[in-house]
Amino acid sequence: MAVKNIMIVGVGGQGTLLTSRILGGLATLGGYDVKLSEVHGMAQRGGSVVTFVRYGEKVAEPIVEEGQADVIIAFERLEALRYAHFLKKDGALVVNDWRIDPMPVVIGAAEYPEGILDTLRKMYKVYTVNATEESKKLGNPRVFNLVVLGIAAQHMDFTKEQWYEVIEKTVPPKTVDINKKAFDTGYHL
Amino acid sequence: MSETNKVIMLGNEAIARGAYEAGVKVSAAYPGTPSTEISEYLVQYKDSLYCEWSPNEKVAVEVAVGASLAGTRAMACMKHVGFNVAADPAYSVSYMGVNGGLVIVVADDPGLYSSQNEQDTRMVARAAKLPVIEPADSAEAKEYMKLAFELSEKFDRPFVYRTTTRLAHSQGIVELENRQDIPDKEYVKDIRKTVMMPVNAKIRHAEIEKRNEELMEAANTLSVNRVEMNDTEIGVITSGIPYQYVKEALPGASVLKLGLVNPLPRKLIEEFAKKVDKLYIVEELDPVIEEQVRSWGIEVIGKEIFTVQGEYSANMLRTAILKEDLDLAKPALAPGRPPILCPGCPHRSVYYVLNKLKFHAAGDIGCYTLGAVAPLSVVDTTMCMGSSISTLHGMEKAKGKDYIKNWVAVIGDSTFLHTGINSLMNMTYNHAAGTVLILDNSTTGMTGHQDHAATGKTLQGELAYAIDIPEICRAVGVKNVIEVNAFDIEKLERIIKEETQKEEVSVIITKSPCVLLSKAKKPLYIAHADKCKKCGMCMKPGCPAMTKDTDGTVKIDDTMCTGCGLCESLCRFDAIELVKEGDR
Repeated sequence: MAVKNIMIVGVGGQGTLLTSRILGGLATLGGYDVKLSEVHGMAQRGGSVVTFVRYGEKVAEPIVEEGQADVIIAFERLEALRYAHFLKKDGALVVNDWRIDPMPVVIGAAEYPEGILDTLRKMYKVYTVNATEESKKLGNPRVFNLVVLGIAAQHMDFTKEQWYEVIEKTVPPKTVDINKKAFDTGYHL
Repeated sequence: MSETNKVIMLGNEAIARGAYEAGVKVSAAYPGTPSTEISEYLVQYKDSLYCEWSPNEKVAVEVAVGASLAGTRAMACMKHVGFNVAADPAYSVSYMGVNGGLVIVVADDPGLYSSQNEQDTRMVARAAKLPVIEPADSAEAKEYMKLAFELSEKFDRPFVYRTTTRLAHSQGIVELENRQDIPDKEYVKDIRKTVMMPVNAKIRHAEIEKRNEELMEAANTLSVNRVEMNDTEIGVITSGIPYQYVKEALPGASVLKLGLVNPLPRKLIEEFAKKVDKLYIVEELDPVIEEQVRSWGIEVIGKEIFTVQGEYSANMLRTAILKEDLDLAKPALAPGRPPILCPGCPHRSVYYVLNKLKFHAAGDIGCYTLGAVAPLSVVDTTMCMGSSISTLHGMEKAKGKDYIKNWVAVIGDSTFLHTGINSLMNMTYNHAAGTVLILDNSTTGMTGHQDHAATGKTLQGELAYAIDIPEICRAVGVKNVIEVNAFDIEKLERIIKEETQKEEVSVIITKSPCVLLSKAKKPLYIAHADKCKKCGMCMKPGCPAMTKDTDGTVKIDDTMCTGCGLCESLCRFDAIELVKEGDR
């Protein structure tokens, strides 16, 4: 199998590290060679963060480069816009339809771009969900990542059972059920 | 080895595993991105080894040296700038050599993800005449740890184990093996080897030059210095993470992959150079390999086409070596998203007050560096650990006491214990009048919440004596030591005004734990649009949970609010109100 390139982009503190652990677990479960690259440290304090996941027969570099991503999972609209050019021509862009203003916007030094999703739709295959609202309906706004992952799962090569197995192994034991429900919500959208 | 022994591991986790399997008995470290997680993973093996957070990297290396002299395998871990703090013992233990194997893990940060400079540890290690080993993925990260300890003992040299952010924070497949049973070596008193006074050091210098030459010879046949012959049109010498970019971009090229990057295997390199038409040297940061290879009269292509800044990539090599036109889409215009203080961070409250008073701050290394940017814009300097206090002192000595009446030094609790305490001693000793704010959030914040000597807990999770920071300040001669809650902005403002007027040193300790430390459900605030006068007061501290609605009234994001109450204390119209979890 050709190496599959996935990116997870978002805002530091949104749980990209948990998501990458799930994807890493899946690739291992599937028997693939896998490499991931994460951001720790300063950017985790509300900065723009990106995680790369690569799996296949044999993986050399741990990063996904521009023009190579099969799937980009974006936890926030502006971050989807920032990294969309990493997509392959036929790649899928899964976007949490949610806005978090960066500090330059909060203090009025920059504008949050209008119509991001429309702009992206003109160039890429875009799949959106307001995962934050969906997860609030489930009773815990923090499980929104799994709703987004549920959609992304439709563009990846793993069975639902494999996803469940890894979710069970990765998330805190008390939150397994709600995380699975959140995954289902996205998976069936 | 069965399949079940293959697991996915972060580079830093693999380094910890390698240390465990190598039979390490003692490890000491000070947190620093991207090295921190090594110790956090190592602690899971505490039944087999001892590991600690030391107050700084110099102490950590000295602890490891002691353990090595006592005959056990020992290591110290730090980030690149921490190695500067540890330079003093590092340069001299290079002369002393080892008893049990000794490895100093140093993590560089090409691309400056979380650092104040982009220095290349290979340069520092070369200056200290220390051998350097460098892995290229998680599997090698584990293997090379074991090899480093073997070589350290075989050649009687302390080893520098160099990683970079990309290796430290990437995951890959690792095959687990058992811990080696390494018997302790006997301690034999030998002051010619362990007391570095001139007469002994002179002899040791000659000895280590000889040892390094022996290692250089052995490097020609080390398995980690590996030739992968392919097409001979292009040959590449590389090491570490850049090796992976070479394999992606130039799968058909011949490659000499170096695991030991100091000293270099001269014969191996000379032979390889003869076999290829064009020889490239692909190394991030400084031309360390390149300059040595050139000095042997070998023609190479290196930094004239590759940068000395930031990280490399396969695309970069495709463009620079193969002259490929990659036809990439342009990135969209998007406003930047720099890191910020978290919602509910006590530093925001302190900086709000300093900003209101139009104060300058000599800053330090930690989350609170983020007080440099708008809208807080308080921090004027950030250089290195502990420097805030001494920088302020220097300003005072240059321009007089009145000049710094609207200045303070700001430093965190962990950084104060790291090296700030020396600078405070310097102030009281040398008749200073500056004011120091210790932003005590009861943890080492930026690196992800590590304990330190004032938290009352060790790396291994044991209760410990918690150093009393106010008492330390008094003990070094500070007469004015005031503690205040970071969120009590009225009191804080009054105290800062009073203390900066005094003709002697003052220390103001703003106490409030890091908001990320508590996992408990927090109360939240909501803004009432009908009462909001759109005055913007509550927006001044730049809390990311606060945004303006389309009509200009304030809105609080309930997924971000932590209930710190700073906005409520700034609102004069009772438009912001505390609500309990159930009432939302």
